[in-house]
This record gives sequence, C-alpha cells and structure tokens, in this order.
Amino acid sequence: MTLELSHLSRRFTDSAALDDVSLIIAPGEFLALLGPSGSGKTTLLRILAGLDYPDAGTVQLDGYDFLAAQAHKRKVGLVFQHYALFRHLTVAENVAFGLRVRSRKARPSRAQITERVKQLLKRVQLDDHGHRYPSQLSGGQRQRVALARALAVEPDLLLLDEPFGALDAQVRVTLRRWLRELHEDLELTTVFVTHDQEEALELADRIAVMNRGRIEQVGSPEAIYQQPATPFVCEFIGKMNKLPLTYANYRLSAGDWVLEGDPWNGRHTNAVAYVRPEHLSLGGADTEPGWVARLRHVYLAGSVAHLELHVPSIDQTLEVDVAGEDVTRLGLQTGVELRVAPRNAIVFALGEQGSDAPPEGRWVWQP
Amino acid sequence: MLLVLAATAFLTIFLALPLAVVFAEAFRQGLRAYLSAIGQREVLSAIRLTLLVAAISVPLNVVFGVAAAWAIARFEFRGKALLGAFIDLPFSVSPVISGLVYVLLFGAQGWFGHWLELHDVKIIFAVPGLVLATIFITLPFVARELIPLMQSQGRDEEEAARVLGAGGWQMFFRVTLPNIRWALLYGVLLCNARAMGEFGAVSVVSGHIRGLTTTMPLEVEMRYNEYDYVGAFAVATLLALLALATLAIKALLEWRYGDEIAAHAPGGH
Repeated sequence: MTLELSHLSRRFTDSAALDDVSLIIAPGEFLALLGPSGSGKTTLLRILAGLDYPDAGTVQLDGYDFLAAQAHKRKVGLVFQHYALFRHLTVAENVAFGLRVRSRKARPSRAQITERVKQLLKRVQLDDHGHRYPSQLSGGQRQRVALARALAVEPDLLLLDEPFGALDAQVRVTLRRWLRELHEDLELTTVFVTHDQEEALELADRIAVMNRGRIEQVGSPEAIYQQPATPFVCEFIGKMNKLPLTYANYRLSAGDWVLEGDPWNGRHTNAVAYVRPEHLSLGGADTEPGWVARLRHVYLAGSVAHLELHVPSIDQTLEVDVAGEDVTRLGLQTGVELRVAPRNAIVFALGEQGSDAPPEGRWVWQP
Repeated sequence: MLLVLAATAFLTIFLALPLAVVFAEAFRQGLRAYLSAIGQREVLSAIRLTLLVAAISVPLNVVFGVAAAWAIARFEFRGKALLGAFIDLPFSVSPVISGLVYVLLFGAQGWFGHWLELHDVKIIFAVPGLVLATIFITLPFVARELIPLMQSQGRDEEEAARVLGAGGWQMFFRVTLPNIRWALLYGVLLCNARAMGEFGAVSVVSGHIRGLTTTMPLEVEMRYNEYDYVGAFAVATLLALLALATLAIKALLEWRYGDEIAAHAPGGH
C-alpha cells in the first residue's frame, strides 16, 4: 500500500500547522517525521489517523481517497505519546478492545480473541501481565501494551506519536532497538513522529524533516546528515558551524577563507556556509583556504575530542571534532595557535528573509 | 485541638441538634401518632409526587449534564463560555426568582399563558411546572461534577477507541462512560437530593393544592403553618433520612473512588 499525500494544508486559528505538504509513503517503510515542536508533524500524523482533517489537499491510498474513510474504518494503528490506555480495562482487555468492538460478522470468536491477545502480549514480552491494570505498569510496559493494542487490529499502517518521549533514557534506547527489530519482523508501513534526531537517524529508513508546517527535506538518514538541503536542516540535524559570507571582488568569503568559483556569478551576495565539526582540518599548509585560530578548549570525550577554536579575523568560535588520539599527536593544548581549514561546506544563497525561508540557491563547496 | 473542638461544637449546634429536634418533635406523641401522620392520604400523595418529580428531572439532568460536560470538555465552539455561565445560573439566582420566571412565562398572565389556556395545557400550579422548576434548579449538579474530570482526562482514550475501530456509541459506552461513572453517580446523588428537597422554586409554581401539587418540603411547611407539628416533623424526618442516606453514600463514594471524583485521574499518565 502506497500512501500519497499531496498539497496538504491545515490552519488553526492562529497559525498554519501544515503548509502545502506533499509526501509519498512507500509500502513497508519506516518513516520518521522529525521536527521541533509546532512544526506540524503531529498534525500530519493525526490526519493520517483520521483524528483531524486538512483544509486542503488529498491523501490517496493506492489511488483511493484515504480521507473519505472515517477514523474507525481506516485500519490504522496509532500509539499515543502518553499511551492513552483504557484505564478501567486490564492489559488483556485493552489489547482485545479493537477486536471486541467489531461488528458481529467481523468479530473473531471469544477463544480466538483470547488466543490473539496472548500472542500479542508474548510478542511485546508482557505474557504474564494480562490481568494487570495500566496504572500498575511502568512507562515502558505501558508503551508496549499500547503497541500490542494497536497491532491487534492488524493495521495496514502503524502510526507512532513520540513513542519514546515520556520514557527515561535507558528504557528509550532498549525499546528503540526492539521496535526496529519488530518492524523488520512485521514489515508493516510505519510512520513515527519525533523531535529527537538521534532517534530518527537510528531508527528510520527515511526521514522527513519538518519546520513551520513544511517539509524541508525527505531522504535517508545518511542523506539528511551528509547533504542537508536547507539552512534549517543544517541547523537542526547534528552540529554545524554557521559562517556568514561576504561578497567582494566577485568572490564569497569569510575572513581569510575565500571560496573560489561562485556558481551564482554574483547574483546572490547574501550567503551563509555550514561546516560540520568533523569537516574542519587542523594544521594544514598556508596555501589552503582557511584561518589562523587559537585553541580555547579541548573536551576529550573518549574516542572523539571536541575542540573550541576562536578565529580572530572573523571573530567567531568554531567547533572542531578530531580523533581523541590526535590531541597528543598534534600537541593540541589550550592557547596554541594553529591553522584550520574546511574540507567541505554547504553554502546557501539567502533571500531577504534570511535563513528562515527556503534558500534561493545551494552550493556544495570543496577546495 | 481547639479548632477541632470549635468545629465539633459548631456541627453539634447547627446540624446534630436540629436533626435531633426533628426526630424528637416527630415522635413527641409516640410511634402511633407518627405512623398515622405519615399514613395520611395527603402525605402519601406528597411522597409520590416528590418521587415522580425526581424520577423525571434527574434522568433528564443526567442526559443534559453528560452532553454539556462532554461538549465543554472536548470541543471548542462559539458560546462555550455562555454555556458554562448558563449551567452555573441556577447556583447564582435565588430559587424564588427561578420559580417566578416560570410563572411569568407560563402563568395565566404570562407570555405563553393565553396560548396554553387555549390549548388546555396546565403548567403552572400543576405537575409540569414542578418538574420544570426542579430541572432548572438541579441543572448544574451533574455537569459541574463531570466537566473538570473530563477536562483532566483529556480525549486521548476516546481517540484511541475511534482509531481502534469503535463507532461513536461504542466509544461512549465502552470508554467515556466507564471513565466518568463514579463522578456521574456522585452528581446524580447530589442532583437527586436537591430535586427531592427543593422548596423555593417549587413553592412559587406549585400553588399548594393539597394532594395534587404539594411535594414533601411544601407539605412540611403547610402542616407547620397549620400547627400540625407532629405531621410537619414526621414528613421532615423522611426528608432528613433522605439527607442522611445521601450523605452516607456520598461519603462511601468519596472514600472508595475519591481520586476518580476529584478530577485527578489515576494511571494513564
């Protein structure tokens, strides 16, 4: 089943939650909707679940109008951020709910339901918790009950709203791996909403990065990390050094770092470059484009060292990541002066609205 | 300690003592006089009428209360604040005024009085008037009990039920209602106590027709004014027993399901 979302828009009284969003969800894929709060990702999820409707746009499932089906007819499994388990029902009754509310024709027999609930509880490793009430379970257990409940109706599409948002860090990592394995097992099309990039990068086949109701970029975790498409994605995913560029003598530059070969031939003079900390080289030759900087701090974090360098010529502090062993090999001590040069950078030509608006041009720079 | 003493003294003087007086006066001339007072035709008719009025107004208020609470707790709409204020109106208006409003609307000289007379419909000085006044007076009890609870529970569970395939009624009976059942029972209890005990509004629309439009509280007043003290206090004991029973069940509910009544829901979060 391929879901095709085209030109979805949704306005709330004071703001646009979705602004012309188009997206194709492929069968069996694990898609993350990643963005800060208020970026519209949960609204998008609720529209897919049938709990909200767009003001404009369509959703098609293999060519059929998906929005025409009401929530209870969509064959969608939804796991809420706060689980939303039925507090007056036991764990087993919670899981059985979706089967029990079916019309008599479609409803499995009592014995079949019991058997199915047993299987599902086993699958989520809660075999002996069927008789308990949600209030007697831990957060991680509740989350797994919510998942079993959603899977009980054999959905075509599984939706997860911040599935690990309310859990503590350790449970989160365990549950994340487990969910990934489950997905590989079931091959069920899954869409999950998160504001945690680490979660999205680790779990998803594809990520849609959202900001202010728009999709900024859709791609594999590698593509999102290595080839960010917009300034927002640069700033939201991972660490980036942001370097405002100036235009002079037909070239863009930031201090001593001069970028040869301006692809826009001077049409865009307002530009910004993003360089990942691991894409800055230390101690190169004078001929390479780069700066002289002073080392301010060294944070040695095991295998990696995070350096903080100050560049006087542009009065900016750069973050540089090097291998931990390089700290002693290169004699990196606080106060030392050394050359630093970008190995590659992503340059955006900005319009009048700056880095909030979609860029007017994108240039992958390499020396 | 002093505070506890003061509170106990206060309760004794203002609650226990009057209650004792009610029972003492009722049984002043012995059990036989008490029973014969209660067995009178007018008294029995007053009891029947009181039960009838409660039996009509309480279910109607349950339906209205649940619907209003659901609308207020779940949806944003124009006039939501107005609806909230309307629900509170009976609390802020004197019951006598409430009764008077119905007289002005449906009485012989009222807005609809002429039309009603033409069609031979009796509302004021008849049972429909009593029911209307009682419904108005007890309007807030169920809704006010449910609104904070439903607001704190949120709509997640109902939405979960929908996505799991439940239709609207299935959602209501399998999720919404079980989640509010004890608060609802609590509201019904208070609503019922007020419906049976209401005096002011009912007094205005009743017309005090013996055996036809007098409820128990009105019967008490009429007998008292006629110097039939045993009769007045005998009927009063029945009302007092109702109050005590209400209090007992209320205490039981608060003790057993306090967390589900007091709007902070257990579990789930």
